Amino acid sequence: MFTEAPAKRKTYYEELQDKGYSRRDFMKFCTMMAAYMGLQTSGVAQVAEALKTKPRLPVIWLHFQECTCCSESFIRSSHPIVADIILDKISLDYTETLMAAAGHQAEEAMHKTMKEHYGEYVLCVEGSVPTGADGVYCLIGGKSSLDILHEAAAGAKAIICWGSCASNGCVQSAKPNPTRATPIHKIIKNKPIIKVPGCPPIGEVMAGTIVHILTFGTLPALDGIGRPKAFYSKRVHDSCYRRPYYDAGLYVETFDDENAKRGYCLYKVGCKGPSTYNACGVMRWNAGVSFPIQSGHGCFGCSEESFWDNGPIYERMATAGGFGIEANADTVGKVALGVTAAGIAAHAVVTNLRKGKNIDKIIAEGKQSEHELNED
Amino acid sequence: MTRIVVDPITRIEGHLRIEAEIKNGKIEEAYSSGTMVRLIEEILRGRDPRDAWAFVGRVCGVCTTVHSLASIRAVEDALDIHVPPNAELVRNIMFCAQNVQDHVIHFYHLHALDWVDIVSALKADPKKTSEIAQSISNWPKSSPGYFSDLQKRLIKFVESGQLGIFANGYWGHPAYKLPAEINLIGVAHYLEALEWQKEIAKVHTIFGGKNPHPNFLVGGMACAIAIDDSSGLNAERLALVGKLLRDAKTFVEQVYIPDLLAIAPYYLDWGAIGGGLGNFMAYGDLSTSGYRDVANYKFPAGVILDKDLSKVHEVDLRSDNEVEEYITNSWYEYAGGNDVGLHPWKGETKLKYTGPKPPFDFLNTEDKYSYLKTPRWKGHAVEVGPLARMLVGYASGRPDFKEVVDGALKALNVPATALFSTLGRTAARGLEAQLVAGWGLEFYDQLLANIRNGDTRMAATDKFRPETWPKKSMGVGHTEAPRGALAHWIVIEDQKIANYQLVVPSTWNASPRDKEGKSSAYEAALKDTPVHDVNQPLEILRTVHSFDPCLACAVHLYDEEGKHVNQVKVL
Repeated sequence: MFTEAPAKRKTYYEELQDKGYSRRDFMKFCTMMAAYMGLQTSGVAQVAEALKTKPRLPVIWLHFQECTCCSESFIRSSHPIVADIILDKISLDYTETLMAAAGHQAEEAMHKTMKEHYGEYVLCVEGSVPTGADGVYCLIGGKSSLDILHEAAAGAKAIICWGSCASNGCVQSAKPNPTRATPIHKIIKNKPIIKVPGCPPIGEVMAGTIVHILTFGTLPALDGIGRPKAFYSKRVHDSCYRRPYYDAGLYVETFDDENAKRGYCLYKVGCKGPSTYNACGVMRWNAGVSFPIQSGHGCFGCSEESFWDNGPIYERMATAGGFGIEANADTVGKVALGVTAAGIAAHAVVTNLRKGKNIDKIIAEGKQSEHELNED
Repeated sequence: MTRIVVDPITRIEGHLRIEAEIKNGKIEEAYSSGTMVRLIEEILRGRDPRDAWAFVGRVCGVCTTVHSLASIRAVEDALDIHVPPNAELVRNIMFCAQNVQDHVIHFYHLHALDWVDIVSALKADPKKTSEIAQSISNWPKSSPGYFSDLQKRLIKFVESGQLGIFANGYWGHPAYKLPAEINLIGVAHYLEALEWQKEIAKVHTIFGGKNPHPNFLVGGMACAIAIDDSSGLNAERLALVGKLLRDAKTFVEQVYIPDLLAIAPYYLDWGAIGGGLGNFMAYGDLSTSGYRDVANYKFPAGVILDKDLSKVHEVDLRSDNEVEEYITNSWYEYAGGNDVGLHPWKGETKLKYTGPKPPFDFLNTEDKYSYLKTPRWKGHAVEVGPLARMLVGYASGRPDFKEVVDGALKALNVPATALFSTLGRTAARGLEAQLVAGWGLEFYDQLLANIRNGDTRMAATDKFRPETWPKKSMGVGHTEAPRGALAHWIVIEDQKIANYQLVVPSTWNASPRDKEGKSSAYEAALKDTPVHDVNQPLEILRTVHSFDPCLACAVHLYDEEGKHVNQVKVL
């Protein structure tokens, strides 16, 4: 699908050399990208080879119903080389947030790319498309976003849906979805679509998704609902450094209590880590500085479908239609907190191990709760 | 008469369209239209008020945090929750980090290309560039070699023929006045600012777990202080905050302000263009002794009318005849007719698009022409934002405001009247960043002192559970967003949001005309702006960008049925 583009465009490595970056810088960049994509050490060479030989890729980045947090997250991407090189090296031919041109000149730049690189450019979409009232709830240059999307998608070789807005509709599609905010895959059916959900996605996940395409000339492997496996195959709960407290039945009961100061598990104050697939626990945010749970607030599942309607943020999951383990958490929590005797504590751990197995089983069998599991 | 359209206005947040009538090389009439709507207020109805900050935070990812802050304050006001001092300080520090980051991004990445000609920088003499850079600042990246390398990269970039985000700019337009060397400094700092902005954002990551969209908490903050634990705010975490805040202050003092003062002298004619309304409003923020202690705000509140700096009028968000919104020229309808103004607590509105069917060339500006409503303060159109804040501070006699404002006027050798202009607006933003960068460190020192004194409280949770709430309550929360005065109003009934409303900075500035045909700030400022070439309306971008538009914020909708809001009494 990703055939060779005209040779006149320079390779990444050539561009890097032109920009004064050394081979060492280049290899550092490749190593980082390989690491983000979950490759083994040997994968670094593959990344380097690909960036040395693949031509530049034209990119059109559209903005519809969004808040620009995805663009902002993209420019937070941690290595300078990403901000510096990816931003202009992908030949970002249209993005309303950063481009110098406005009005007709901006539209002209987009149309030039659509024509000259038909079938060759990647279309990035930030935001959902309102389909209510014939699309009048989002107008750009006098056109509806619906028409603009169809026009731009026609010549795209693939579409990247940045963030939850484009991937699943996000906040404006929460009930009652008054503008009929619609994610991209429900409108465009005949193109490969990569969803990079999150509100916003982590900056390095965005950069990593683009680099994957450049490196391997293919779309990244996607999970069942179209997300790159490299970044969305692990539950936040499974990659959380507070997980041992969960397993040991040690929970924050209310914010800023003694347990919060000890960094215990946030499950009982609403953490949705057990049902959220994202890279926050592994990569963390803003160059690995922290992530929501590390800073004391539960995950609220911002990369999951319909997360705004999946129950209040501070309600523990069980009461919000999640896993039926809250009774256990209470009991275990009390036991674990109230005793020092090793024997009883060990009992708590065993209880939690059993509970953990049940969770795995619930997920494997697609059940909503322990209750449902036990019914079978 | 020529009518021109600039849509999309780029280098802003959101979707903005400007239509302008041009006669004899000047704008005779301008029309500002917000063209995207999401109706987040309607989505909030019936939800848990403690969650509102997360929903409204998603109003905007550029000025991320400001809506969340206004929201938790509105809920805390309604439920009479008093936040511990540490949480107030952390919120203030996050405010300062956001304000400075936002202003720097605006200046370099959203506004600079209106003044800095990238292509002209190709002709700069690197040695001369270095001399200029070193004469205006101690910033270390200033050697001839540094600028020479940068220029080589730039030349190769331009020669590649693929200009990416710089394609199709108005390069070479006669309104660009900077010498090539200053253009090259501008390009260098464009790139450096892009690197720096992701650093200061880490202050939010430490306290709120991520940026954009860090987490907040009704009652305080979720980041517990635990100086002897690796999972809380300890010496390492706080040291990182301190470093980032000091680096921010250095960046503003050694890069942003010197650049501003180096560029401004070439554009002093813009000190007499784009003045606009002459009415300014600020709600104030950044208390040194708690949000409720208005007297100790770093940013004082008030309204200035007709450029009269001798009088600062008081503003009351709870009064039902001060802040009102009109829909005469907005795509909404009121049950009481097209011309009534309603206080946010009494709003009863319904979306109704009556514009042309897309695709279209022009809006019918004789009729409704925007998704933005038109807010008024006691009937006055007012401008909000950094210029308004600086003027209110100045007129209130605050020494720190006077010092930076008088200092800049003296450095540029311009009269105080130059403040009321496109240039004044852009300069005020830089001066504000300078003040705020300093205040951030003051709040940081206070936070450390508090912890040293043994106060480690970060959240008041006694009223966190909905069972503890009254059957019905109302609140208002405000802040000063980078783009200006922001307030949220909430009604809580039976533990749920019964009504939620925002009146945001870009709605004040970018809204369409009111029932009397009076323009809001953008339209007023664009009037009489010269346009050298109607096909390259660079001048329109300069004035519009001087406001730092944020359109996703500006567009919102009240309760569609309006059934709860009529019951609301003013507190």
